[in-house]
Amino acid sequence: MKEFLAKYMPPDYSAHGAELDAINAYVHWLMLILFVVWGALFAFMLWRFRASRNPRANYHGTRSHLSTYGEVGVAVVEVILLVGFSIPAWYRWTTRPAPDTNPLEVRVVGEQFAWNIHYPGPDKVFGKSNIKLVSSSNPLGLDPNDPDGKDDIFSLNQLHLEVNRPVIVRISSKDVIHSFALQQMRVKQDAIPGMEVPIHFTPKVVQKEGEKLEITCAQLCGLGHYRMKGMYYVHTKQDFEAWLRQNTPAGGAPAPAAGS
Amino acid sequence: MPKRQLRVGTQWLYVDEAEKLLREAMRIQAEEQKKLEEGGHVQPWYRRWLFSIDHKVIGIQYAITALLFLLTGFTMMILMRWQLAHPGTPIPLVGNLLGSANAPGGIMLPEFYNMLGAMHGTVMVFLAIVPLAVGAFGNYVVPLQIGAPDMAFPKLNMMSYWLYLPGGLFMMLSFFLPGGAANNGWTSYPPLSVIGTGQTWWLIGMIFLITSSLLGSVNFIVTIVQLRAKGLTYMRLPFFVWAQLVTAFLLLLAFPPLEAAAFMQLLDRVAGTSFFLPTGLVVSGAPLEVAGGGNPLLWQHLFWFLAHPEVYVLILPGMGIIAEVIANNTRKPLWGYRSMVGAAVFLGFMSFVVWAHHMFLTGMGTAISAFFQTTTMIISIPSVIILTALILSLWGGAIRFTTPMLFALAFLPMFGIGGLTGLPLGLAAADIHLHDTYYVIGHFHYVVAPGTIFAMFAGIYYWFPKVTGRKMSDRLGKIHFWLSLIFINGVFFPMFIQGLAGVSRRLYDGGAQYAHAQPVLHLNKFMSYSAFLLMAAQLPFIWNFFKSIKWGEKVGSNPWQATTLEWGATTSPPLGHGNFATVPVVYRGPYEYSFPGHEFDYYPQHVPEPEAPPPAAPGGGGIQQAAVAQREN
Repeated sequence: MKEFLAKYMPPDYSAHGAELDAINAYVHWLMLILFVVWGALFAFMLWRFRASRNPRANYHGTRSHLSTYGEVGVAVVEVILLVGFSIPAWYRWTTRPAPDTNPLEVRVVGEQFAWNIHYPGPDKVFGKSNIKLVSSSNPLGLDPNDPDGKDDIFSLNQLHLEVNRPVIVRISSKDVIHSFALQQMRVKQDAIPGMEVPIHFTPKVVQKEGEKLEITCAQLCGLGHYRMKGMYYVHTKQDFEAWLRQNTPAGGAPAPAAGS
Repeated sequence: MPKRQLRVGTQWLYVDEAEKLLREAMRIQAEEQKKLEEGGHVQPWYRRWLFSIDHKVIGIQYAITALLFLLTGFTMMILMRWQLAHPGTPIPLVGNLLGSANAPGGIMLPEFYNMLGAMHGTVMVFLAIVPLAVGAFGNYVVPLQIGAPDMAFPKLNMMSYWLYLPGGLFMMLSFFLPGGAANNGWTSYPPLSVIGTGQTWWLIGMIFLITSSLLGSVNFIVTIVQLRAKGLTYMRLPFFVWAQLVTAFLLLLAFPPLEAAAFMQLLDRVAGTSFFLPTGLVVSGAPLEVAGGGNPLLWQHLFWFLAHPEVYVLILPGMGIIAEVIANNTRKPLWGYRSMVGAAVFLGFMSFVVWAHHMFLTGMGTAISAFFQTTTMIISIPSVIILTALILSLWGGAIRFTTPMLFALAFLPMFGIGGLTGLPLGLAAADIHLHDTYYVIGHFHYVVAPGTIFAMFAGIYYWFPKVTGRKMSDRLGKIHFWLSLIFINGVFFPMFIQGLAGVSRRLYDGGAQYAHAQPVLHLNKFMSYSAFLLMAAQLPFIWNFFKSIKWGEKVGSNPWQATTLEWGATTSPPLGHGNFATVPVVYRGPYEYSFPGHEFDYYPQHVPEPEAPPPAAPGGGGIQQAAVAQREN
């Protein structure tokens, strides 16, 4: 079943995705078995109890209690899926990676109809922003006097990630509700104005040559919803660090001496 | 020309005068006859057909209005499906009629696509299915099935309809206003719905519709509790009445929060409040001048607190119709009637504590998501019980494949697919990938389209003879059924495949922008052409419906040989105001088909038991034994 579903699903390149896909496959097994069993019984009864074959109906119908066992069985399987799989998976999905795994932090702020990507830069501290400062050249309203912001990296619709390094994406929105979805990372989170929600995942596979990985908007956000598309890239450690160096603003303070 | 004279009584009259008097006499006689039928008072035409307080007329008004809205909502989707199959190409035939603000050169604009999307959902849920299921079937059938002369509050009933109609018209007319209709999805999530265009009239329309539903729900509850015929205990109610009773409670308890929320959103739009707007919004590069401090998620909670019970409002009356049709066409009682009633009531209660499963991806922690996943899994059990009981009711039956029965039978596997595909969406971990994709669209359309709408068709074919005294054509009905069944699956099944591929819902170009959608993009054409053919498949129904009103085969009062009160206890169509010539008394359960020892294979609820036979005769013992056996069941 997992292979069958995978034929239609985008490839999974994340650390947690295999678990989610497995749960999805188990549920689809349950669905398939129920549908086939019910369907077969249903088809048999239509044939067996058609009026031309069975002109006189039986007032009592079936006296079997199999259906009760069936219902209990469905309930038990649902409890197993819930307690054994879905709730623990959700717990793991929402647990923040430990600091010693050196997670990459990045802010993603949706707006009609683009994704603003904001890296804290080498100092690992996001610069402060203020909506009064928002302009076309400063879409997030970053405070130019904030030293923490000097080394921050911005991009529009381009999210760069490092393979095997946990990512914490802080998701928010400037205007309306969007939904930040990375299909191959099995990640989706509504971007809600007024809230900043962190999500975490770890890319496991370096992007292949020519492969397109997209940021999808999954929540209706206006007339440009259908084209609110970004790209994300999964690099090797060296490539990612090179990209980081290249894009760190020249005037940006280098990392404030570690430990200070 | 000499005038001849006639002697009338003691008077001699010219023939033309005599003729005039005769006509007058006949008119008076006809009027008195009508008065008798109407229960003592003659109404002018507009009181009889427009502002009627008779539940049957109101039911017909609801039915016709709701069916027109159903066609309207379907037509909107046909336009959208053209755009999805052939993005950016002019819509043939009608494209140029849509106006240059919506579709310049016949090519649909994204704004217009979003309007059609929002209005398709709104029209289908609030203007078509619920009014058809509750307003039409509930109104027409419930008083007849419980042996009542009318609803408890006939004028309130009239008012329900006359709030529903303007509410619907406001919604439709908003297409012609500057800025067009609402275009923020039927869910109307703020801030988009507050800062966007077109939403004000949607909210005003909703306030009308909600008020209408609230009045209706009170009326149904009081009617079912107070006006049941003598002997019609709760456990003798047809399942359809139970379904309507639970539905009425859902409407009564779930709609007020949405009405409040609609007022709040209206104030956010027109009075500058910020119930749903947080501080610090920046729209199109400029800060939005609002007070702020609100929360967009508050709307989602209020909306889904209604809209999840609303799902059961959509499905329960359908299940009720299916139960009636299945019992009648298997010629045996429903299997597990009591557990079905219990499941329906439990479903009603549970439907109030599952709403946040629509919001798993708003940033939910483990505890809250565990709670809502658990309630969601729990609510699947009563649905399983009802569906199992309906399927097992076939066991031992003598199944007649009439047109209503075909629709009822198809409902079972179709609703089954709809219900089963809800499972991965209800488990939050599996939902992450599927949330907001076409998988969701496929899931709820299987519940509502080949589910509820098929149930509605079953109901129309089943009760049409009751309303008109004539039957719809069986041959046209079967053509309608088979074509609809094939094409409706062609529309909705591929949605699961697109959903697994991760194609988002509400995309103007059907996903053409996205690389991950490319492998499944070709399905858009398949689904669209299935939808066009599905629309063509409704033509036999429309023709059959109107043709049969005038030329359908005339039938007696009980053409299906049914047991419930609306059939045997009154004529088809029922008497004017008052329904029953003699007030029926109920002696037994609703589905006493093939009752052992009874002469016919149906034993109507209102037929008294035969005179007790002499003690020595064995016949009576058979009946008693059977009654005991039934209690054991």
